[in-house]
Amino acid sequence: MKNNYKLLAYFLIPFLGVLLIKYLSESSISKTIVLQEKDNLTGIDFKENSIEKVDFNFDVKPILSDKCYACHGPDDKARKADLRLDTKEGFYNSLQDANHFVIDRKNPEKSELIKRISSENISYVMPPPESNLKLTEKEKNILKLWIAQGANWEPHWSYTKPKLPKIPETIFKSWSKNEIDFFIAKNLESKGMVPSLLEKKEILIRRVSFDITGLPPTIKEIDDFLADKASDAYEKVIERLLSSKSYGERMASIWMDLARYGDSHGYQDDQERIMWPWRDWVIHAYNKNLPYNEFITWQIAGDMIPNANKEQILASGFNRNHKITQEGGVIPEEYRVEYVADRAVTTSKVMMGLTIECARCHTHKYDPITHKEFFSFYSFFNNVKEDGIIKYGDLAPKPNFTIKKEDIKNELSFVNLPDSINKVTLMVMKESEKLRKTYVLNRGNYDSPTDLVEAGTPKVVLPFDDSKYPKNRFGLTKWFFEDENPLTSRVAVNRIWQQFFGIGIVSTPDDFGSQGSKPTNPELLDWLAYTYQNIDKWDTKKFIKRIVMSSTYTQSSKIKSENLALDPDNTYLAQYPRQKLSAEMVRDNALASSGMLVKKIGGPSVKPMQPDGLWDEVTGGGGGSLAFYVPDTGENLFRRSLYTFWKRTVPPPSMMIFDAPTRDFCVAVRQKTSTPLQSLALMNDPQYLLAAEYLSNKIFNESDTNKNEKIIKLYRSVTGRVPSDIELEKLKKYLDEVKKINQSNDKEAFISLTVLIYNLDETTQKS
Amino acid sequence: MEEIHKHFLNNNRRNFLKKAGLGIGGLALGSMMDPFNFGKSTDPFSALGNNSLNLPHFAPKAKRIIYLFQSGGPSQLDLFDYKPKLNLLRGSDLPESIRKGQRLTGMTSGQANFPLTGSIYNFKQHGESRAWISELMPYVGKIADELCFVKSMHTEAINHDPAITFFQTGSQQPGRPSMGSWMSYGLGSLNNNLPSFVVLLSNGTGRPKGQPLYSRLWGNGFLSSLHQGVQFRSAKDPVLYLKNPDGVSSIERRKMLDYLAELNHEQEASFGDPEISNRIAQYEMAYRMQTSVPETMDISNEPDHILQMYGPNAQKPGSYAANCIQARRLIEKDVRFVQLYHMGWDQHENLPTQIKGQTNDVDQPTAALIMDLKQRGLLEDTLVVWGGEFGRTNYCQGNLTDTNYGRDHHPRSFTIFMAGAGVKPGFSYGETDDIGYNIIKDPVHVHDLQATILHQFGIDHTKMIYKHQGRRFRLTDVHGEVNKSLLI
Repeated sequence: MKNNYKLLAYFLIPFLGVLLIKYLSESSISKTIVLQEKDNLTGIDFKENSIEKVDFNFDVKPILSDKCYACHGPDDKARKADLRLDTKEGFYNSLQDANHFVIDRKNPEKSELIKRISSENISYVMPPPESNLKLTEKEKNILKLWIAQGANWEPHWSYTKPKLPKIPETIFKSWSKNEIDFFIAKNLESKGMVPSLLEKKEILIRRVSFDITGLPPTIKEIDDFLADKASDAYEKVIERLLSSKSYGERMASIWMDLARYGDSHGYQDDQERIMWPWRDWVIHAYNKNLPYNEFITWQIAGDMIPNANKEQILASGFNRNHKITQEGGVIPEEYRVEYVADRAVTTSKVMMGLTIECARCHTHKYDPITHKEFFSFYSFFNNVKEDGIIKYGDLAPKPNFTIKKEDIKNELSFVNLPDSINKVTLMVMKESEKLRKTYVLNRGNYDSPTDLVEAGTPKVVLPFDDSKYPKNRFGLTKWFFEDENPLTSRVAVNRIWQQFFGIGIVSTPDDFGSQGSKPTNPELLDWLAYTYQNIDKWDTKKFIKRIVMSSTYTQSSKIKSENLALDPDNTYLAQYPRQKLSAEMVRDNALASSGMLVKKIGGPSVKPMQPDGLWDEVTGGGGGSLAFYVPDTGENLFRRSLYTFWKRTVPPPSMMIFDAPTRDFCVAVRQKTSTPLQSLALMNDPQYLLAAEYLSNKIFNESDTNKNEKIIKLYRSVTGRVPSDIELEKLKKYLDEVKKINQSNDKEAFISLTVLIYNLDETTQKS
Repeated sequence: MEEIHKHFLNNNRRNFLKKAGLGIGGLALGSMMDPFNFGKSTDPFSALGNNSLNLPHFAPKAKRIIYLFQSGGPSQLDLFDYKPKLNLLRGSDLPESIRKGQRLTGMTSGQANFPLTGSIYNFKQHGESRAWISELMPYVGKIADELCFVKSMHTEAINHDPAITFFQTGSQQPGRPSMGSWMSYGLGSLNNNLPSFVVLLSNGTGRPKGQPLYSRLWGNGFLSSLHQGVQFRSAKDPVLYLKNPDGVSSIERRKMLDYLAELNHEQEASFGDPEISNRIAQYEMAYRMQTSVPETMDISNEPDHILQMYGPNAQKPGSYAANCIQARRLIEKDVRFVQLYHMGWDQHENLPTQIKGQTNDVDQPTAALIMDLKQRGLLEDTLVVWGGEFGRTNYCQGNLTDTNYGRDHHPRSFTIFMAGAGVKPGFSYGETDDIGYNIIKDPVHVHDLQATILHQFGIDHTKMIYKHQGRRFRLTDVHGEVNKSLLI
């Protein structure tokens, strides 16, 4: 508390300064531009307006990409008028007539671009009306200003290697605990906003417990933290959380979305598959803090590492998690091509944050990735000896890998093989001895091969130097972790940031290209990327600790109305962003807080309670062992949600209702919705009712607490917080009223009260 | 400062939701807001992605749709596409000049020959429109003059999973939003007690162990989950987790919601999070659904003559007939998109027996539904579509005998029909060759059909877009033409 007062003082002193900055910042680009709107044909008096600097990558490129590249971008097949606006040459070279320029840097107002975008002639104006694309006045003015300011050209921001930026100066110096905060504070300062004070301890520990382990803190853990007055009390909590086994489970549950993990093959018939030992490995890898470069290398090319050990081979299962068809009558090659494409697309999304799938059918319309480059990248994954269609009942189509009891006694001790089973076989990657030739497929179709290609990577990211690394998946992993690779570290840290703040610094974690969002704080992103790669040497726990130790992370989530007005989406993090718990957390919170959670790690996926009939009503005649949902019994009903059996054509409703993806393909960011179906699930899903009853009875039956204390304990168990006096009064009143309505006893009314508490907004939020 | 603050509050999407939620009786599934204002405002809808859609693009003919999806691929040659020549050529091999090396599924590509087979069922012309309809569909025959047949549908996929996914989402591979989700996204909802996109499933008696369905067929893809199809089931809980647990009365529930709102407002004050109001509104919507859904599903007040119209299975929960009645009831409550799936049309063998089971399921209820809508004046602005994901081959799969044959998947030509909402009644469009293999006149691609359906809702299919991962997506991908010949 004392600390807080100290901080407060620091805020009061610079406050006037902040106000001043706020007024100064009113003269931002947008304001300048608005003032120019009423001008003549060119829209701008070029001589007068070189005040504000337009940034090519941040202001201009997004407009060009979104509104022009469909016809004047990288795709030469779609290109109109032989004009491309995605290269410097395209812009600066003269048109057919040598005195005529797209951009005339000497006489900006004579630029063809300006004339075109300002024209009202429908056969002359750009973009043409039939494209359904339109420039806003603001966009037009940015383009005009840019040209007026000399039309400088820069390469796309994410394709240049991150450098270590200087730590900025800020007036919120004493608020800042580590480097992260300086970048955040500087940004806030320039927007005229003020960061928030340290969060209350009981809220903070719930936040960080969910973020690192996916589970809420116990009352004892909260009390210990509250009682610990040492200056490193919070750091000790972090150390404890990072070393708990639940950390690996939390990290794995995020990784499983990216890895499109499922327990069924995914297409029609959708029978069972076995991949859970791979999931156990992911948990293990996170818990032993395998450095990120090895974590990735093993998953993409574990089978190709010289003298690969069993653990590395097992890890390569990552790229067998895609769907596989069993539908009678399909043409196998059509589907085999899908699998290879899925691996290429998934790997690209996870490692480069690029959506290369557009280039499967044609050269990418927005990013400089050619049709041919797609198939060069595809080629890395095209050499697996696999079948396009697999037989019914095939749990682990080849290539596969068998784990025996003795392996578990030795190097694969983390695989949680049930005692009743002697061995388990899962899918892994394995190269064919004879290299399969890869061709460009016209329109991406399996039956239209054209040119032969060799394995390679998109040049614009970093050319693939085959004198340095072999032209295969193993070489590809070397390329990913090459010092010069501009994307690997940025994409990785952005995802970790998203885990803790809900939204990445780049809000499109799967698109760092032209159409993706721009970083809200580019220097911070680069600092994080550089640090993770060069200072922390891909040590994920160390890196996470930096984030959660920052003031940015530990600040209060209370939304100040001034900030809401200036930054309604909290893009600049003037407070910690309050977020919904993930689907897994919502259910795990109920299990953990009630005391029903079975904290067993790994093993075959489990089938908790779900409404009857969901599988059989769509199964038809197929489905094999998955035709009917037979819930498990005993402790399997109460395992953490990441172990819930994932049948892809009918995913578990308790997860889907709360925005989990279907796992049909790689997903890097989940939806965040509030729907009435969520309310119904929380009110009526027997899993939640059971948790409520269990917790309620446990606390009600305690002999050493009075009614007030019981209610407080209940409330704390579920939300982590002591209720305010007003809240306590309301809870008591509800208890009385519900007793009257139902003419029930205290014990029963107490259950109703617990259900109410489980439905509170706060229960399913991370504050 | 106060003014700026207010301005932001009013323009902040989260607060807009709050306003909508509390102002017009609750925010709901599929953005159940005033449909006449929906899409017209600018910024506030950015969260839902459709601020720039300006929908409808022109005056709509249709307000609602019932899509009677016949899963598995009904045989057009035994139902609507009458080919007497096939009977004449019975047993002779499909000429290569017709097949032209086109790909076949793995189920028949290995056959030594492809013996042509006509239908063993008789066809007759019906109504003033003289539509040829098989004796398997007597009730549909009676309403021929209400129907618009498209006999020249074609698709790209030859297997169920990609073909159904293609029909429902415009793409063969999973991941895109289904048509119902697109409509919910583009047009919003017409009511505030029910979801705007409802799904009903039934099993066919023709081939009870047919091929499966996948819940992604009514999934929202990359659109907000607010737009996902909500399955109404014949089980004890028509919507998942709808029913209060035993022993919890609706009075207690109401009480809980009141306290929940009070306590949540306390939290809103202490956290300052405007999203909380939105979530309170979701609870209110959930509560209203607890009444409105069972009310809609309860057919006990349907008069006998109506039940009789829909046939003997009308009161059998989960049957196609019962689902047709549900569909009409949902339409009456202004649900925008009712999607039925009837399984069991995949007749690779024993087609004559199996298809009879299927038509027994669907013939009478389908006709009843269309006439029931008509007598209530609902057919005018409700579009009904009947059809599967592809057709079936004119040659026999397996052994051809006097009484038995099977047919493989056939994407090159098949028949669907539509009724209501500005499509031409008593009309037949497109033609296949005289042995029913290739289309010889007026082909209609799946994307064309999708474009045409959207058109009836006042949607220009090239303009209803959603930007995802940097790309603008549409239901019709980059294809599709509205087929105005089908429209009045």
